[in-house]
Amino acid sequence: MTHARRPAVLALEDGIVFVGNSFGRIGETSGEVVFNTALCGYQEVLTDPSYRGQIVTMTYPHIGNYGINHEDVESARPQVAGFVVREISTAASSWRASGELHAYLDEAGIVGIAEIDTRKLTRHIRSRGACRGVISALDLDPVSLVKKAQSAAAMIGADLAREVTCAEPYRYEPARDAGAAKAGVERPFHVVAYDLGMKRNILRLLTDAGCTVTVVPATTPAAEALALEPEGIFLSNGPGDPEACDYAVEASRGLIASGRPVFGICLGHQILGLACGGKTFKLKYGHRGGNHPVKNVATGQVEITAQNHGFAVDMSLFEDRAYVLTHVNLNDGTVEGFRHRDLPVFSVQYHPEASPGPHDSHYLFRDFTAAMAERRAVGAAGPLLQAGA
Amino acid sequence: MPRDPSIQSVLVIGSGPIVIGQACEFDYSGTQAVKALRAEGIRVSLVNSNPATIMTDPEYADRTYVEPLTPEVLEAILERERPDAVLPTVGGQTALNLAVTLSERGVFERLGIRLIGASRRAVEVGEDRRLFKEAMARIGLDVPQSRFARTLDEAREALLVTGLPAVIRPSFTLGGTGGGIAYNEEEFEETATRGLDLSPVHEVLIEESVIGWKEYELEVMRDRADNFVVVCSIENFDPMGIHTGDSVTVAPAQTLTDREYQVMRDAARAIIREVGVETGGSNIQFAVDPATGRLVVIEMNPRVSRSSALASKATGFPIAKIAALLAIGYRLDEIRNDITRVTPASFEPVLDYVVVKIPRWAFEKFRDASPRLGTQMKSVGEVMAIGRTFKEALQKGLRGLETGSGGFGGRELDDARIREKLLTPDPDRILYVKRALELGWTHEEIHRMTGIDTWFLDQIQQIADLKEHLTGPLDAGTLREAKRMGFSDGRLAALSGSTEAEVRAIRKKLGVEPVYKRVDTCAAEFESHTPYLYSTYEEECEAAPTDRRKVMILGSGPNRIGQGIEFDYCCCHGSFAFREEGFETIMVNCNPETVSTDYDTSDRLYFEPLTFEDVMNVIEREKPEGVVIQFGGQTPLRLALPLHRAGVPILGTSPDAIDLAEDRRRFSTLLDELGIPQPESGTATSLEEAKEVAARVGYPVLVRPSYVLGGRAMAIVYAEAHLEQYVREAVRTSPEHPILIDRFLEHAQELDVDAVADGERVVIGGILQHIEEAGIHSGDSCAVLPTFDVPERHLETIRDATRRLGLRLGVRGLMNVQFAIQRDRVYVLEVNPRASRTVPFISKATGVPLAKVAARVMAGRSLAEQGITEDLTVDRFFIKAPVFPFLKFPGADILLGPEMKSTGEVMGISENFGIAFAKAMSAAGSEIPTSGTAFVSVNDHDKEAVLPIAAALHEMGFALIATRGTAAFFEGRGLPCEMIYKVNEGRPHVVDRIKSRAIDLIVNTPLGEASFYDDGAIRKNAILYGVLCLTTITAAAATVEAIRALRERGASEVVSLQEIHAPAVERSREDASPVVVSQR
Repeated sequence: MTHARRPAVLALEDGIVFVGNSFGRIGETSGEVVFNTALCGYQEVLTDPSYRGQIVTMTYPHIGNYGINHEDVESARPQVAGFVVREISTAASSWRASGELHAYLDEAGIVGIAEIDTRKLTRHIRSRGACRGVISALDLDPVSLVKKAQSAAAMIGADLAREVTCAEPYRYEPARDAGAAKAGVERPFHVVAYDLGMKRNILRLLTDAGCTVTVVPATTPAAEALALEPEGIFLSNGPGDPEACDYAVEASRGLIASGRPVFGICLGHQILGLACGGKTFKLKYGHRGGNHPVKNVATGQVEITAQNHGFAVDMSLFEDRAYVLTHVNLNDGTVEGFRHRDLPVFSVQYHPEASPGPHDSHYLFRDFTAAMAERRAVGAAGPLLQAGA
Repeated sequence: MPRDPSIQSVLVIGSGPIVIGQACEFDYSGTQAVKALRAEGIRVSLVNSNPATIMTDPEYADRTYVEPLTPEVLEAILERERPDAVLPTVGGQTALNLAVTLSERGVFERLGIRLIGASRRAVEVGEDRRLFKEAMARIGLDVPQSRFARTLDEAREALLVTGLPAVIRPSFTLGGTGGGIAYNEEEFEETATRGLDLSPVHEVLIEESVIGWKEYELEVMRDRADNFVVVCSIENFDPMGIHTGDSVTVAPAQTLTDREYQVMRDAARAIIREVGVETGGSNIQFAVDPATGRLVVIEMNPRVSRSSALASKATGFPIAKIAALLAIGYRLDEIRNDITRVTPASFEPVLDYVVVKIPRWAFEKFRDASPRLGTQMKSVGEVMAIGRTFKEALQKGLRGLETGSGGFGGRELDDARIREKLLTPDPDRILYVKRALELGWTHEEIHRMTGIDTWFLDQIQQIADLKEHLTGPLDAGTLREAKRMGFSDGRLAALSGSTEAEVRAIRKKLGVEPVYKRVDTCAAEFESHTPYLYSTYEEECEAAPTDRRKVMILGSGPNRIGQGIEFDYCCCHGSFAFREEGFETIMVNCNPETVSTDYDTSDRLYFEPLTFEDVMNVIEREKPEGVVIQFGGQTPLRLALPLHRAGVPILGTSPDAIDLAEDRRRFSTLLDELGIPQPESGTATSLEEAKEVAARVGYPVLVRPSYVLGGRAMAIVYAEAHLEQYVREAVRTSPEHPILIDRFLEHAQELDVDAVADGERVVIGGILQHIEEAGIHSGDSCAVLPTFDVPERHLETIRDATRRLGLRLGVRGLMNVQFAIQRDRVYVLEVNPRASRTVPFISKATGVPLAKVAARVMAGRSLAEQGITEDLTVDRFFIKAPVFPFLKFPGADILLGPEMKSTGEVMGISENFGIAFAKAMSAAGSEIPTSGTAFVSVNDHDKEAVLPIAAALHEMGFALIATRGTAAFFEGRGLPCEMIYKVNEGRPHVVDRIKSRAIDLIVNTPLGEASFYDDGAIRKNAILYGVLCLTTITAAAATVEAIRALRERGASEVVSLQEIHAPAVERSREDASPVVVSQR
């Protein structure tokens, strides 16, 4: 109750301070403060490596209601730099729950703050833009904390993909039945996936679409990836500034040139944009949530999408006629997807793998396998890697 | 895909009178749809029998028909209007059913009219459980096991599949009427039999019980390009087994992971596609097994609904408006979000607050009815509350109910009954849940007994726990924590042993004050341009009050019997008029069903409980020039004096004048002073006093507690023994206020006068003559405007008394006076210096919006300046008929009395009295038969009076049957009549006859104590079997006139309000002659 609570402070670099209660690990953390408007799916958010370096504020006030479970994770551990909620649940109600959020975060060493005016914080970020901040349950002095916030690492120029990527290449072995049979594919497509901070659901969906996946580190050069003889290449989501990932941009050029289908999501999309000669820029406060309308330019259809990005590809990419805008954000008109006019290269800024979020855009995984099937049909593929080889 | 250019004119079908399960949410949705279509330049015609709606205000549509919602009438309107399309999806199940009937009859095809919003097939699949089940099977979705049955034997067979408990759902009934849950075979037989009887197609669904499962609803929309969005998810606090209309519900869903939620969303998308709702909104209900997560689809409504109104208010996403635009061809991404102005409607709203809806019941009105909640909806209204947490919203909602609890508490709970109350849900269950938590019952135990999710129990536990810390003096920290949890000042005062005023003072001293946050559809991701606000205890306030001239209008809170849509209508009109006068208007209300809580109605909307604390907080923030309390019924009126004492300027009639009219002693003195007769009366605070007063004024007496609404706890008492019983109950009902005792004027004629005054002048809007005699609550009486057989000298007396009262009370705004004429003498029964239930009715009839006129008076514009100087007149008959919820309350007697029981009303219009009455009755669902068998049974007193009625029926070809006494009397007067047994005399008796559908009309005036059971059985069965049952001689006489008129000229003439009120010029230009179509 009241008396057992321990205070915590959230301070922003511009001097704004919020006083609330500590939850999760009693400690101190810093990062870029952002907000996510999803109503549920907090466990997926926490474990999404794209949130590396960020203190995530959930705008929905009740968080933790259904506890945590072993299934709804997007990586091995919570990734956020810190967590801000209005109210952390004291009960975990779900037949799948294996524990409470509070304890889960404590174990993972994630520092959180609750009982603050999260709407005020969100409005502040909206008008000022995403900014650096510090949460502390150890140091409650606003002046000192604001100073710490000002010296926290900036997001612009941050190469965080390198931090979250896998150390070594590995084959993704799904626990359940491989997806090839499910997808009605005779022979699975071999995909090399660049792990820039990849969410697990991407691997699940690639498998469900009939792929076998070899995951490689973000820094893998194109030649090494191509040596694995993939039928398609996937560039994953991930944290940080795309411009800092020059190694991946460089690799992408080689991958595109290989003529193999290339599919990118989020950071992968931004890196492809850069590789294609485009520019990226930092959005004022980003898109994070599960309700953003994106129009598929070709069909006119609107998809409700899951989003999590702070940077975006600039429209100037399309000054080069080789590239076609395929998806556009209906809220602010920013680029949500593009493809190469002739090559089987396409990418989206949003998260078709959802998790959390709507499933409206799962078709993109089928588009990817369709491109690989087409290439296979015309016999352009080199010697194929057999499943399990 | 922009607007479909082939649609240039649309007919919108309304939902008719307010009934349980179909209330003013359909005025909200209909009004939105009509406004949206009009704004697109579409010619809109509209039909709705309910005159108390905003949508039937003549300025909203090009042609407004206040006519019965029957296929014949609709066909006549379609013949006249020849619209390109009909939109049936904003008028509830009533409108959908009508559309299906018209479609079956080939009317649309014949006239070349399209049905938009929902196809006939979609309506059928949505409504017909068999088709729905098949559709779900096709898309691989799970539904509860079930079998249809058309006979009791088939039902018994079905039970072998489903097992007990089993749910029985009759096909095609409104709001689940006649359904139920059977826990044993006896209950099963009873419920199945009733369900088979009530279903228009004599079919019931026997279903596997999913009682206790988690219950969810998704409000979804789809456009013709197959774009799909979920507007809102709703989780029911009360799990499966309690109708969602009777459940506490919460938005958004609280206890679903994203994985489960997305499965539900995918299912909803598949369902709306499969059912074939091409454009518009649907409500889809799901159940989830809390132990395994098994998801089953319960039902879908291919239209806007009560839940969609709630979802619109909960999110700021106007479903009905957007549904109307989608129906004429727009796509979601072509429609702008009004609140952000920069983003499209093709998105899914997100909330950064919690919305709680709590139903309000009226069981106190139906004492014999069981308050047990089940699959049949019984609540008459609801309150919605917004808070940053569930706890805050729940406690705000509870105090918004105005049931005297100020949140949790304020009620005596019997700890010995906790188990029973948890197991058998009734309106008090939530209070007992909290009590059990206080006493340390485990969450698992309570969950097992109630099915309520443990997350909700944990939330209430926190409220219960904090309560323990609130008993002493409050420090700033604890006070703030309590306020953040939603504790009201009143509750804190009760817990800490101080007064509400003291708590308020301490709170302000310690700086614990609310802030206001905006409902913006997007959790602050984008800027909001709409001041739609709720209070909470946080840091930042977004109210941003302007420095414009502004007024605040207090709404009427949750609908209840006696205070419903009519008052919301007046509040809206008040807001419109003040806005037209250049004021900024601020609405405060907590009823999600209403037009007043549309963010579009006033400049600013505060979605707050109507308690002193909450209202005063808004006033302190906004500092309006004045507060309008006379439009919202008793709810704001009760706040008049407290607000006045707090220094708040009350606009219009002064609080003192209100008190003068409400305080019987003061009022009585005033009438004496003015020389206006009133029934002998007195007040009493004890039984002894009551006996003395009753003896003095003479029996029968009318008794009631002071400050009543809708005749609550009002009774006519004929003898001292009854008085004793009444006083014991009434005093408990209202401890602070005395009992009022009036001599009851037997066999008097009652009249209702609505007037508007500006301090200088009183203009009478209309004098309504009740068709029933005095003694029946004015809200339950049929009434006619103008009066039809009141001598002019009495009318003059009435006008004179009204004027003098209005001037003497200094009324500025609306007033309502009730008169009775007995033995050639005019008495004043009561004066209400506020809007009355009949204001919208009279406004529709006269074409003069009285509430607006009143608001302008309050804004400083005299009646003379407004050009309103003469009493208003009408050129034809406008008859008001009430609609009753008896079918929902098996066991309750339908006998009318001084306690109001009706939920809604309709209007019948004609130049002929009989036709107007027939139309009113038809619109109220009581079709007047023009031939057949009439059963007559009246008390001795009424025998002479009923003779001409019976003779007229006989003359028009009705066969007469009567019970022994009445039959003998008729025979003696030479009227052929068949004698039939009373229920206790032998068989077949009259009820058998009703059940075999061999009676078409019943005239049954109360026979008194002795045959109470008999009368009750007759009336109950009349309701169940849909036989018109008249319980007063005057209503019977009016019916005879109606039958005569129907036989002579039929009832399908239709005329729009615009034609009725058109100036003479326009009348000559347009063809305004009513079309007469022969009755089918």
